[in-house]
Amino acid sequence: MLDTRDILETITMIQDECLDVRTITMGISLLDCADSDIDRCCDKVYDKITRYAKDLVHTGEEISRQYGIPIINKRISVTPIAMIHASCGGDPVKLALTLQRAADAVGVNFIGGYSALVQKGFAPGDLSLIRSIPEALARTSNVCSSVNVGSTKAGINMDAVAMMGKVVRETAQLTADNDCIGAAKLVVFCNAPEDNPFMAGAFHGVGEADCVINVGVSGPGVVRAALAKCPDCSISEIADVIKRTAFKITRMGQLVGTEASRRLGVPFGIVDLSLAPTPAIGDSVAHILEEMGLESCGACGTTACLALLNDAVKKGGVMASSRVGGLSGAFIPVSEDAGMIAAAECGALSIEKLEAMTAVCSVGLDMIVIPGEIPAEVISAIIADEAAIGMVNSKTTAVRVIPAIGKKEGESLSFGGLLGYAPVMKVSGYSPAKFISRGGQIPAPMQSLKN
Amino acid sequence: MKAVITVIGKDMVGILARVSGVCAQANANVIEVTQSVMQDLFAMIMLVDISSLSVDFDQFATQVEAIGTELSLSAHVMHEDIFNSMHRI
Repeated sequence: MLDTRDILETITMIQDECLDVRTITMGISLLDCADSDIDRCCDKVYDKITRYAKDLVHTGEEISRQYGIPIINKRISVTPIAMIHASCGGDPVKLALTLQRAADAVGVNFIGGYSALVQKGFAPGDLSLIRSIPEALARTSNVCSSVNVGSTKAGINMDAVAMMGKVVRETAQLTADNDCIGAAKLVVFCNAPEDNPFMAGAFHGVGEADCVINVGVSGPGVVRAALAKCPDCSISEIADVIKRTAFKITRMGQLVGTEASRRLGVPFGIVDLSLAPTPAIGDSVAHILEEMGLESCGACGTTACLALLNDAVKKGGVMASSRVGGLSGAFIPVSEDAGMIAAAECGALSIEKLEAMTAVCSVGLDMIVIPGEIPAEVISAIIADEAAIGMVNSKTTAVRVIPAIGKKEGESLSFGGLLGYAPVMKVSGYSPAKFISRGGQIPAPMQSLKN
Repeated sequence: MKAVITVIGKDMVGILARVSGVCAQANANVIEVTQSVMQDLFAMIMLVDISSLSVDFDQFATQVEAIGTELSLSAHVMHEDIFNSMHRI
């Protein structure tokens, strides 16, 4: 017989502590959809996605019902569209509209992969795709886009960095009447993982199988609740509590992934061990850090607490799953986390502190709203800083900032749903224009002499 | 294939009878029942065999949850695998 305490613990986690599976993401390769004619290419893309993912949403709902676990999103990631677009040329926005049509047809929440990988240079398809991102994101609602501008092995493509500052700004401008939502669906990566199930950065890497199921778990509320039960523990004990909790959360993800893979007849890819917050009360990563003993997220000590959290989550999760991948760690998006929003609003949390935190968390500067008048080169420089942290530390970093067009510090943007809302944060006004205008490549860093 | 039915809330007469009635109707064989008081809450946990359910799982779960709604209790039906995978190595 199952242990009563275990059963009640699971139910409390789900009912009171917001435990859920954030997403089941089906990765689909579109490499075989390449065609010299863009319309034929779009037809093939639409057919393949709708054929493979036709049962995804229904299956997700069935699993959710059977195990009593909320599965919040069902998503699709596809091969970076720049590669498909390379074969046909023409207007890449057509492909974005096709992705949207396919997403509508199968009923998924997001489709990611309007992407280009340009860490070492631009291949055919890359430049036109990047230029089309603002229009593509303005004309679609569920398509997500990402661009990888750097890696530890290749360095940072500063031409791409300069372009992306403009693209981020333009994307926000084109959706200015809708709280600049376009920029919330665009992420600029360094060391982008190829099997990430989380948006906006999900794409289906070229090394992946034809079709896979990846699962992203959540559960910051569960970790916080577990820590709340040990108010006087030492930090070593806190690390152990987090590991044990992460283990349980990940096992749930593993179960859901295995079951989804079996029912859909698609190989199981990975479980992404991320603590993904939502703006809901009790689902915040910032509150975990505060539970560890900080007055507010953003206080001195935040980076150390986050480093401990991020590492313990991985250690606990790795043992719980046969296949771990994606971004795996703690996310620190501002607008998607009630504790981060509060810390940013009261001034405890600044962009500079967030940047330091990204050196030890799983992703990067995420869902940060910046003043609308910030010029493109400053956004580029934010991207360059963040990519440098990722490149040097051999980790994934990303930038998803939202320029609040027409708004200033003190105002806020509201995206609704999982994306939440956030105050406009202060950005340094000194100009990096000359640095960004130089272009070129930051060479790949040394992998020895690590000091 | 087994499922775990949990009913949590204020104690009252007839909860077990109502839940087992639904189980019998749906041809779910009750294997084990435990009741305990945890954190001032009445908790009943029932392990049932659902391999030869006469209705589909969704319908069965809906019927059990309806008892919860009617009696202002929290009632859930979940496949046993979730507990096994989360709490056993």
